Amino acid sequence: MTEHAASPRRGDTPAAHAPGPRTTETMTGAQSLIRSLEAVGADTVFGIPGGAILPAYDPLMDSTKVRHILVRHEQGAGHAATGYAQATGRVGVCMATSGPGATNLVTPIADAYMDSVPIVAITGQVASKAIGTDAFQEADICGITMPITKHNFLVTDPAEIPRVIAEAFHIAGTGRPGPVLVDIAKDALQATTVFRWPVETSLPGYRPVTKPHAKQIREAARMLVNAKKPVLYVGGGVLKANASAELRILAELTGAPVVTTLMALGVFPDSHPQHLGMPGMHGSVPAVTALQKSDLLFTLGARFDDRVTGKLDSFAPFAKVVHADIDPAEIGKNRPADVPIVGDAREVIADLIVAVQAEFDAGHKGDYADWWVKLNQWKATYPLGYEPAPEGGLSPQQVIERIGQLVGSDAIYAAGVGQHQMWASQFISYEKPATWLNSGGAGTMGYAVPAAMGAKAGKPDTEVWAIDGDGCFQMTNQELVTCALNNIPIKVAVINNGSLGMVRQWQTLFYNQRYSNTVLHAGPEHDGIAAPAQGTRIPDFVMLSEAMGCVGLRCERPEDLDAVIKQAMEINDRPVVIDFIVHQDAMVWPMVAAGTSNDEILAARDLRPDFGDDLD
Amino acid sequence: MTAMSKHTLSVLVENKPGVLARIASLFSRRGFNIDSLAVGPTEHPDISRMTIVVNVEDLPLEQVTKQLNKLVNVIKIVELDQSQAVQRELVLVKVRADAESRSQIVEIVQLFRAKTVDVSPDAVTIEATGSSDKLEAMLKMLEPYGIKELVQSGLVAIGRGARSITDRSLRALDRSA
Repeated sequence: MTEHAASPRRGDTPAAHAPGPRTTETMTGAQSLIRSLEAVGADTVFGIPGGAILPAYDPLMDSTKVRHILVRHEQGAGHAATGYAQATGRVGVCMATSGPGATNLVTPIADAYMDSVPIVAITGQVASKAIGTDAFQEADICGITMPITKHNFLVTDPAEIPRVIAEAFHIAGTGRPGPVLVDIAKDALQATTVFRWPVETSLPGYRPVTKPHAKQIREAARMLVNAKKPVLYVGGGVLKANASAELRILAELTGAPVVTTLMALGVFPDSHPQHLGMPGMHGSVPAVTALQKSDLLFTLGARFDDRVTGKLDSFAPFAKVVHADIDPAEIGKNRPADVPIVGDAREVIADLIVAVQAEFDAGHKGDYADWWVKLNQWKATYPLGYEPAPEGGLSPQQVIERIGQLVGSDAIYAAGVGQHQMWASQFISYEKPATWLNSGGAGTMGYAVPAAMGAKAGKPDTEVWAIDGDGCFQMTNQELVTCALNNIPIKVAVINNGSLGMVRQWQTLFYNQRYSNTVLHAGPEHDGIAAPAQGTRIPDFVMLSEAMGCVGLRCERPEDLDAVIKQAMEINDRPVVIDFIVHQDAMVWPMVAAGTSNDEILAARDLRPDFGDDLD
Repeated sequence: MTAMSKHTLSVLVENKPGVLARIASLFSRRGFNIDSLAVGPTEHPDISRMTIVVNVEDLPLEQVTKQLNKLVNVIKIVELDQSQAVQRELVLVKVRADAESRSQIVEIVQLFRAKTVDVSPDAVTIEATGSSDKLEAMLKMLEPYGIKELVQSGLVAIGRGARSITDRSLRALDRSA
């Protein structure tokens, strides 16, 4: 009857201890599972049935609270749960059977782990007596997912089902969010048991710290007002903590510049004058340079990922570090912190606002005027840009930029992984949190379509666009069938350059333009005549989309661009796919080559910015 | 950076299936080196205690403990300072011994306060507990006679004085039960 030791939670994870009528009923383990899912507030489950999970699908058919969406591949179920969670802030749920069903979830689980997305994966397992015998469709999914889940459970006793489901949702959605897997033996689903709710959880080893230490907050505020060149280095943790409003207050109060990482786009408006853009390998010149020249990295919910820091020992060499994160293990992992703060970003920033105001009241106010002179100079000199396409052709950046302008910043955008992902991060203006979904940490090609599906299922009234590459699209497009059959009308922009563009860019820059296996649409070689470089239209994405119950459109000329985007926006009764034929030689700039220092950033090919290094 | 050094961690974990695998997998995937690992029950049936000796620099040690703490089944971690803790290992060693050498071997056994636990015409088996240094010294003395077989436990350790590292954790566990 008492609370376990866990600290106050955030997010809207349903509380297992919520007051309400007490329930004690006799039923099967399968019914107990569905009742538990209803009780924790799960409203959508993405999955595919199979032998071991079959008992659970019987009571699922009768549930009026849980909508099951039958996907075409378990990977789609996993990414859909992720997209649902990222768009709504609630825990996403996917379900699969034992063996191959469960192993098909491995990629999306790893993806959710790297990006700290709260999902619960429920898998059937062979009957408990058969575990360990290499039974049909047996796989040790708990063992397999141990390194890529926040926690996982194997359930063989049906009486444990309600408690385990309550704990799984609690662990997934609190602290640093992450994926949790619940593997349930078939006989536990079939057996008769007693369903009790609310249920007492027992997690003596799980106590996330959300309230920051007051002394550390005061020290951080003091450093901020004393700094000459601070940067608010903002990561995905701020987004997950719903701290967008607090961040804006802190930024405007202090006047410090802000950079938002790939996982944080939208948490601070791109259009805000204090926003310098995204840092990292393909970040903006002002953002990357500001970090390099900074004397204080004021780090909030970011983790010094190698794609942000470049060569670590030359990253931000002059900066002291304030590092606030809910996960203590991130603090000091890659870069030592001068002021470590463990806590939930929302509570941290709220406390910081008070502490900074107290410094102001004591007459200590940061003077960043000189800093802004330089920052504004870099912003003015090195804005994001791109080269136009060859005469009459479409440039991928122009397509993405135009989608962003016409569709606007209320929509949700989900990208795949590669060049189109980086252009989508650069050329669409994100003004609101949770409007940009992507696979940042794992870099999972094929993420966009199923994630967009999950987002649209969770937010049916919001326009959802997948910005996908033709390589990514061929990995997971089958979920468009799921969308067409389940009234999930997403839009998909296939940025079709006929190649694995990002890999091709590296071949251009680092492998002497030898394009080994990056051309996707080349036909076979005939009679010694070389294969055509592109343009075979295999597969034909328009026909493919039509076959899957979508509207398929194609755009090849700049003059048609606006009309085709508007046409797609008009269609709301089924999914729309637009095949944008773009030129294959476009490259992502700026760029810091892998393993090199951020000082070596190139604003465009062979163009290293002039930072006025002599000034420092 | 400080040099590599050995640290003894006492880790209280929930007594649940798969916990050892979780810890072993964490060490392996994060590239931490385990020198020895010993697991056993405690005075509380729901809690097991692991004694882990790691060989790391100070900074990675912080990562080891932080990452261990993230495991949901890990309740508490305490680093035991060598000077403030009793540390013991157990060794069973089978040494070649004939009528001539047996008395010399028994003398070594007594010298190290070890025990002879099995005797046969051409071997004796010795049981010894102690610190790593003591056991190493004894094995060095026995080596010339011919070590036929050797098995050694992981190190176990307990803090000196009246305080117990399980006290507070057990109270927390009782509250949640």
